[in-house]
Amino acid sequence: MADYKMDADHPGTAMARGVQGVLGKGLDRIEGALKVSGTATYGYEHQIDNVAYGFLITAPAAKGKVTGFDTEAARALPGVLDIIVDDPRIPRQAAAFGPAHAGNDEIDHYDQVMGVAIATSFEAARAAAKAVIVHIDAADGRFDTMADVAHASGPPKDSRLQDVAKGDIEQAMAEAAASIDQVYTTPNQVHAAMEPHASIAAWEDGTLTLWSSLQILKVARQVLAKAVGVESAQVRILSPYVGGGFGGKMLGPDAVLAAIAAQKLGRPVKIAMARQQLFHNVYRRTDTHQRLRLAADKDGRMTAIGHDSVVSQGPDGGFMEPVALGSISLYAAPVRHFTHKVVTLDMVMAGAVRAPGEAVGMLALESAIDELAEQCGRDPIDFRKLNEPEVDPMTGAPFSTRALVECLDWGAQQFGWARRASTPASVREGEWLIGMGVAAAVRINLMMDSEARVTLSPDGRARIETDMTDIGTGSYTILAQIAGEALGLPLDCVDVVLGDTDLPPAAGSGGSFGAASAGSSVALACEDIVATLAERMDATPEQMTLKDGHAIAGNRRVPLAELVGAAPLVGNGKIAQGSNAKTYSQAAHGAQFAEVAVNAITGEVRMRRMLGVFEAGRILNAKTARSQAIGGMIWGIGYALMEDAVLDQRTGQFVNHDLAEYHVPAHADVPHLDVHFIEHVDEHANPIGVKGLGELSISGAGAAVTNAIYNACGVRVRDFPMTLDKILAGLPPL
Amino acid sequence: MHFTINGQSHEVEPDIRTSLLDLLREHVGLTGSKKGCDHGQCGACTVLINGRRVNSCLTLAVMHQDDDITTIEGLGTPDNLSPMQAAFVKHDGYQCGYCTPGQICSAMGMLDEVKKGWGSHVSKDLTNPELTDEEISERMSGNICRCSAYPNIVDAIREVAGADA
Ligand code: FES
Ligand code: FES
Repeated sequence: MADYKMDADHPGTAMARGVQGVLGKGLDRIEGALKVSGTATYGYEHQIDNVAYGFLITAPAAKGKVTGFDTEAARALPGVLDIIVDDPRIPRQAAAFGPAHAGNDEIDHYDQVMGVAIATSFEAARAAAKAVIVHIDAADGRFDTMADVAHASGPPKDSRLQDVAKGDIEQAMAEAAASIDQVYTTPNQVHAAMEPHASIAAWEDGTLTLWSSLQILKVARQVLAKAVGVESAQVRILSPYVGGGFGGKMLGPDAVLAAIAAQKLGRPVKIAMARQQLFHNVYRRTDTHQRLRLAADKDGRMTAIGHDSVVSQGPDGGFMEPVALGSISLYAAPVRHFTHKVVTLDMVMAGAVRAPGEAVGMLALESAIDELAEQCGRDPIDFRKLNEPEVDPMTGAPFSTRALVECLDWGAQQFGWARRASTPASVREGEWLIGMGVAAAVRINLMMDSEARVTLSPDGRARIETDMTDIGTGSYTILAQIAGEALGLPLDCVDVVLGDTDLPPAAGSGGSFGAASAGSSVALACEDIVATLAERMDATPEQMTLKDGHAIAGNRRVPLAELVGAAPLVGNGKIAQGSNAKTYSQAAHGAQFAEVAVNAITGEVRMRRMLGVFEAGRILNAKTARSQAIGGMIWGIGYALMEDAVLDQRTGQFVNHDLAEYHVPAHADVPHLDVHFIEHVDEHANPIGVKGLGELSISGAGAAVTNAIYNACGVRVRDFPMTLDKILAGLPPL
Repeated sequence: MHFTINGQSHEVEPDIRTSLLDLLREHVGLTGSKKGCDHGQCGACTVLINGRRVNSCLTLAVMHQDDDITTIEGLGTPDNLSPMQAAFVKHDGYQCGYCTPGQICSAMGMLDEVKKGWGSHVSKDLTNPELTDEEISERMSGNICRCSAYPNIVDAIREVAGADA
């Protein structure tokens, strides 16, 4: 087993020495043909014999006691097999890293899961679920974050971010030559992955098999086992294709209830959550209320950064949105103040949505930096460069790699930043006001324990096996590229099997740690194989070259098939995080540029173009990396301009709980986008030198848009999203 | 009832409540068409009915006696992709792949609408629209992609349309 712990830089992998030329290339996804032909199989689609259909029963209230269930009418409907409302294991909502609160005697958020109706058809199950009457003794709930701020608590003990107060921020603000003290707010937001949470459960001899749509299988397996009351070893989860995750697919109530129902009925059960149910039963991203205090001296050097946030959470507590995560180490300033307050509301839990912390924190920080730069009379790019720290301004640790300035400079050149008029509302084309904006991007870099097995067969083909998932991120393809480069194989000689807990446990997909973690484990597994091949070539691994299915050393060139012999070569790789995570300050950086047009009469905003320049270590696949980057940038457009789960203060429900009313960017909202990577292999981060990318690209993207809006029309809206009604009032006279 | 699906005859007796989407996914075993919302809001379930694109979640199966239905599976297979499917692979017009069958069916229907001269909100000439990127984006806006592969999807469609013209 090739184990490696990141207590020091890896001495060098066969992958890094590889000459196959597949690594980094913008190759097509290896599972692409399945996806475009409708033959990739998602959670609800596995063909299981004798499967029954379930539909979740939910409660139309946000707070109260359940006094009883009337299931008679539902049970009498044709095709109904069972109505399950009396099992103590019924989860109230989706789970994250531990089981959700179980029990349907009390209601703690709107539309809470109460149970499940099972029938022989989807239509019958749905009708039955709707026919169940839940008797509720309703109570008043708490739905207003700022109204309850006096009862807020600080960061939970295990939170990634604890409060920081370095120096006296009041004094720094009082003595500043220029300062900003503003509150920015962001609304509740949801993942809205296109595939709803969906599962099929089947029991055989006390063992549960679950086909589902999940991001981190080893965690989901433990949580499901606990929720159902069995050992982890009795649970197998398969999740080969996942129709989007964005942090939301840890373990839905569909999975637990399918397992419970299948156990009770003695036949397989499948459940997909309805789109409307997802809004209220899968953790959301909290609303945030962020006070930004920034101070600078007369030269434009920052003297203080304060980023103090109020967020909300459901009654069970736990996760806290680490709003200031991006602010912590981005700019130099001696005085630093980062705090979080958590207010308890009677709502669905708050949890991880793509780039927890930076996605919303950077909207505010990078808008405030734009405001401060203007006050200092500085170009926003120059201002950022002036405040670039040499080392991590919090810990004093060196950066593993940091290319923020390079990204800003490259982007400025490419985007034509020099053409930007520094006076707002000074460029007009017909009835449109045109502006450009910039923002920095940062995302902390993570790595998690991950294992993989690679088998080189006598026929010269390699097979990668790990329970890693591909949620659209490109895992299948990049893992094949890593092994192909290490073993000298073209991609059509590499098979990748993912998404099955019978395989070695991987980090899974989340926190942008997937490629670094699973990729490293695959590269390490290949080290084992390469070592054996080298031995058989009478060479050291460094003396041997692997290319096109051949090993070359000295003056011998031997086909791998011959070298392997009769028994396959098996390599096992395991990566673990180590002290490098502390020795070096690790984050990925970038620069986001946007150009917008604002209608001078209506306030409508149209995106004209965007450019993202990113440094995220080694790029494993230029094509899929670019796709992830544009995806994040477009989320930034959504956060800046439209996404807003509107909470009804009377009932505690999201009034716009579907895809017609919760607006995410659609085709016509998205302009031409360019992406450029500045590639610095980050050897301190992990053996393959990559950094997380999927979340970096949302960081700062929305702020580039809103800064461009300000430049276009002179209106600064600090209450996201910047819908046209908010812009209209401030537009310059026609 | 009788349906022609991807050129094959199917006799099915659906529940009157069964949507065309559920008929395909749950009764005929064609799971290529996806359910994203079940309310006509996302486009993941788009299929072609007698050549026109339709949100199959929003129409009942019983309304389609003898109709000619084409799903993503009918456009091409993994070993024999249609030009549009191949263009989606080449341009990475997807990530998770869940909206993809709907995007591809929608694109096929959309190109046909343009060919027939149907105008849109952004057409300069309402009776003879030109297939600009803006026109593609406008007409594809009923198909949401949360992974946000939009620019790549437009690239794929433009390439196929260009080859067609
Ligand atoms: S599933 Fe039909 S439009 Fe969303
Ligand atoms: S590819 Fe994931 S939603 Fe479009």
